[in-house]
Amino acid sequence: MSVLANTWTWLTTGAHWSGADGVWHRLGEHLFLTVVCLAISCAVALPVAVLLGHVGKGGALAVNISNAGRAVPTFAVLVLLLLSPLGTHGSWPTIIALVLFAIPPLLTNAYVGMREVDRDVVEAARGMGMTGRQLIGRVELPLAFPLILTGVRTAAVQVVATTTLAALPGGGGLGRIITAGFRLTDTAQVVSGALLVAALALLVEGAFVAVERLLDPRRRRTRIADRKTGGRGPAAPEKVLPPVGNPA
Amino acid sequence: MAGQNCLITNEWICGEYVRTRGQELTDATLQHVGITLASVAIGLLVAFPLALLARRWRGVAGPVLGLTTILYTVPSLAMFSLLVPVFGLSVAVVVTGLVLYSLTILVRNILAGLASVPEEAREAARGMGYGPVRLLFGVELPLALPALMAGLRITTVSTVSLTTVGAIIGYGGLGNLIYEGMHSFFKAQVLTASALCVALAVLADLALLLLQRLLTPWARAGKRKKVAA
Repeated sequence: MSVLANTWTWLTTGAHWSGADGVWHRLGEHLFLTVVCLAISCAVALPVAVLLGHVGKGGALAVNISNAGRAVPTFAVLVLLLLSPLGTHGSWPTIIALVLFAIPPLLTNAYVGMREVDRDVVEAARGMGMTGRQLIGRVELPLAFPLILTGVRTAAVQVVATTTLAALPGGGGLGRIITAGFRLTDTAQVVSGALLVAALALLVEGAFVAVERLLDPRRRRTRIADRKTGGRGPAAPEKVLPPVGNPA
Repeated sequence: MAGQNCLITNEWICGEYVRTRGQELTDATLQHVGITLASVAIGLLVAFPLALLARRWRGVAGPVLGLTTILYTVPSLAMFSLLVPVFGLSVAVVVTGLVLYSLTILVRNILAGLASVPEEAREAARGMGYGPVRLLFGVELPLALPALMAGLRITTVSTVSLTTVGAIIGYGGLGNLIYEGMHSFFKAQVLTASALCVALAVLADLALLLLQRLLTPWARAGKRKKVAA
């Protein structure tokens, strides 16, 4: 197919990788926006979710925010922010939109994670005289950790996707390669840009899955327990739940 | 007079815009609804057999769930762009992309719904002489409906929202108006189209909720309804 051949030619042409419109520069912008926005949204959403989950209030809020995040089109928010007075402030409209759409998965997953901690375990910890702070730090957070990390992964993929869309209103990132390709009616460039974006999203997802495997404290403990008993530990229940996130 | 002014001063909310561009708004909304309906319907038609295959053979379940999860990770702009060489600049690009996204949630929820059918119900139906097809459509599918509908609602709402990205190739329904308004800095057009888009999503969600109530009258008789997140 000529499209495949042209795409290969585009991707292997050194000139497309260097310069202000080159892949490396756009990738740098993309990664910078992703890391900054993910950090901001984690700093905003996680403490709130952990505290709400600890006191057991605001469940409706967590669910509603997640539903609202699904119903409001990312593209619309990006354009609305661009046309608002904020639009003249460089990357700020993009950053705000990215943070807004990263918060729902973070909030919902962390909240659910905190609430799903076995109530008996919490009661036992209280009975041992743990303070609220100790309870969060030593019991609830470690047990909620896998779901919190799932939320961070979902948010990270979401941010990568939303950053791509931010190219439509003129933001930076790899999406610019796609939009420029459409403007030039250069299908090879469009497909190349799309392949790069998809690869980045999958890499981010894969990296987080690997980190989850490495860090999950419960998994590690199960493995140790396995070794001690010499048998297979209780098999993890297979969850067939929809991922808490949306493609953007 | 005042109406004309809000178009000239480029205000966010402008009744004159809605009056003078009513036809444009209606056309865009109809395109939006059409794309969403087609995508969700095709998504259901593809997801159902996939879920049945995945349930029948465990070897199929892994690849199907894995592949749909990978598809879900691909950003929409990239997904549509990758489909352009296949379909050209046509509405099929947007519909196919949206169908691929919908599969992730639909297949999972149909599988979860079928798995939640109590074995006793199956046994009873078999004892009454139900064949596999009648068992599926007469017993299993109705009992799987709550999970299926929950998935359908999530899919529909995110499809409505994602359709806007189709504007990149000119088939984005209300997204086209947002895209145009972005280039001409036309605030009223962007805000009106965005608000209509959110309203569409909410309406679709409520309609499906109503449909679910009608389809599962026995759920209302139950004392407690579990709210699916």
